[in-house]
Amino acid sequence: MRALARIVAEADGRGGTRLARLRGEPPLQLRHTPDGSGAATVHLIGSAAGPLGGDDLRIEIEVGAGAVLCVRTVAASIALPGRDGSRSRVSVTAAVAGGGELRWLPEQLVAAAGCHHLALSTVELAEGARLLWREELICGRHGEQPGDAVISTSVNYGGAPLLRQSLTVGPATPGWDGPAVLGGSRATGSLLHVDPAAAPGGPEVLGPTAVRLPLSGPATLVSATADDAHRLRGFLER
Amino acid sequence: MHSTAYLLLADGRFPSGGHAHSSGLEAAVAAGRVTDLAGLESFLHGRLSYAAPVTAAFTAATHLTASRLGRAPSHTHSDNKVPFLTLDAELEARTVSPALRLASRRQGRALLRAGRLTWPSELYAYLPKHPDGPHQPLALGVTTAAAGLSTEESAHIAAYGVLTGPASAAVRLLGLDPYQVQNLLARLAGACDEIAASAAAVAHKSPEELPAHAAPLADISAEIHATWEVRLFAS
Amino acid sequence: MLADHDESVPHTHPEPGVDPHPPLPQLDRAVRIGIGGPVGSGKTALVAALCRALADELRLAVVTNDIYTTEDADFLKRAGVLDPARIRAVETGCCPHTAIRDDISANLDAVEELEEAFGPLDLVLVESGGDNLTATFSKGLVDQQIFVVDVSGGDKVPRKGGPGVTTADLLVINKTDLAPLVGADLGVMDRDARARRGDLPTIFQSIAEDPHASQVAAWVRHVVAHSRGHEHAGAH
Repeated sequence: MRALARIVAEADGRGGTRLARLRGEPPLQLRHTPDGSGAATVHLIGSAAGPLGGDDLRIEIEVGAGAVLCVRTVAASIALPGRDGSRSRVSVTAAVAGGGELRWLPEQLVAAAGCHHLALSTVELAEGARLLWREELICGRHGEQPGDAVISTSVNYGGAPLLRQSLTVGPATPGWDGPAVLGGSRATGSLLHVDPAAAPGGPEVLGPTAVRLPLSGPATLVSATADDAHRLRGFLER
Repeated sequence: MHSTAYLLLADGRFPSGGHAHSSGLEAAVAAGRVTDLAGLESFLHGRLSYAAPVTAAFTAATHLTASRLGRAPSHTHSDNKVPFLTLDAELEARTVSPALRLASRRQGRALLRAGRLTWPSELYAYLPKHPDGPHQPLALGVTTAAAGLSTEESAHIAAYGVLTGPASAAVRLLGLDPYQVQNLLARLAGACDEIAASAAAVAHKSPEELPAHAAPLADISAEIHATWEVRLFAS
Repeated sequence: MLADHDESVPHTHPEPGVDPHPPLPQLDRAVRIGIGGPVGSGKTALVAALCRALADELRLAVVTNDIYTTEDADFLKRAGVLDPARIRAVETGCCPHTAIRDDISANLDAVEELEEAFGPLDLVLVESGGDNLTATFSKGLVDQQIFVVDVSGGDKVPRKGGPGVTTADLLVINKTDLAPLVGADLGVMDRDARARRGDLPTIFQSIAEDPHASQVAAWVRHVVAHSRGHEHAGAH
């Protein structure tokens, strides 16, 4: 399946955010879920299991100056193998203007056995833009070995590179669950917080497998591994 | 055929500060994640899959950039520093742990000191100035260029260093049998060669497109290690 | 305290301050003196004593290759001998001799960082991690080196020789107050040290009895003065 979803959020001029554009297509359905705050919240509602091998799903997001957009999913997505072993791909491209804010807080991605999945995100933040960006990867459904999954995230701030990270798990990569990478943990994830107004502070150890790291730029990254999704979320909750 | 300069630079006795860095092995040992040869093997596989492609690609890309400048007639032009600044910024964005950024820069500074005195060259002046030193892959890229090595050799030295640092630390920290550790390294040699070749093959790409593999525990345990009161290894 | 102790301690030889080496080249940076020796010989105590003796007259800093804890820093701070910020610890990757001899980069970086942060300095003491009798400092790292052994290691240590005992610019035989307790014959140590070292100086000392390590401090003053081209600056 190929699908494109597009969200454009703008300041409504009264301290709130309006969605100038909200367009999805199966299996990427979008729903605006007003929560009474100044932010616009959009839920992605998966209308089919997946992503499945062969899927190519694209999400494009624009957040204007003064607008605050929060994007969530209603449930974890489960990357599953396709019939022909082809790759599934979900790409997210986001641009946030100065004074705008994007909160990308989806539920977990589960890399099911046999999957071949690529999640590719590119975020362009103008100077003064804010961002919360959460990624959580669960290696396999209960009791199974995962397939191969790559979560690749690239964030620029003010035209300069802020974060480039690509997390690869699965049997195609020697050592992926070993002591240098995941140490046998089934869940791993990160929460990127970009806020030019906040002082990044020093690094902070949050637990035996979780830290908050000041990046080289106006941002911090919480990085964690855990035995399960619930414990992982404990480190990445906002 | 490889040059003697290549062997000199790959030699663990080359005085560039490497002996004091375990590349996360000391922390992994302390956490009980590596206790024996099998644990070391798994650790080294992870370092090869995750750290080596990034380190080797940035070394090779820097080497390629520096070698081209070395051949250009007006290689003191200040615009020539721009590609090195881009490589530095791209590598910085791939190194999310401040402790690992510092470890990379300290090793880069030590290598720069040794490189300058061993193979004097004007090329070192292109490295971005930073109080803690240049990132190690950038320093290695320029040093290999100054030593007249090929891009493939520069990537190879980088990938090899990713393997041998923690292997040598494991011998010292765990008292592993050195013959068994050498046997393990020999078994990993093919993988190391492949990673080096892949890194050299992407050296011409835009720095943004170079590998960005992240190993969560490398970042996490580097920060925990940095909080220890007493460390035997700097990283 | 042993009543007849002083008489049993050999005279330090030759007179401290008389250096058989050619004068040091004049330096435009701090003099670097390495302090090495086996585990437990009293290197750290000597560093503390030298800081105590010299901190008021010389601008100094310390690099230590030994395992250095906040307790060590607190000890030095409480003793009022040196601001702990002027002490840098270097990790040696379980190879203390490598860090001071074969690959001196981390030590050089530490020395330079201290000179940058607190400079200009007169003196940087580089303390090695405890090692064995074969460990010596690279000439690329230090200008002069002191090798410290102690009497409880046995009176045969000078006879054994090794590069530290044989070639150090100054040999310090430490803890002389313990000699009668451990059955060490200081006369034998004195004779063997002369045989091994020729004209190079040896100092017998007990920091328990002389907390300012006055003879070693005098030697250090002399070295620092030499490096600046002043023959007798700071002498007393």
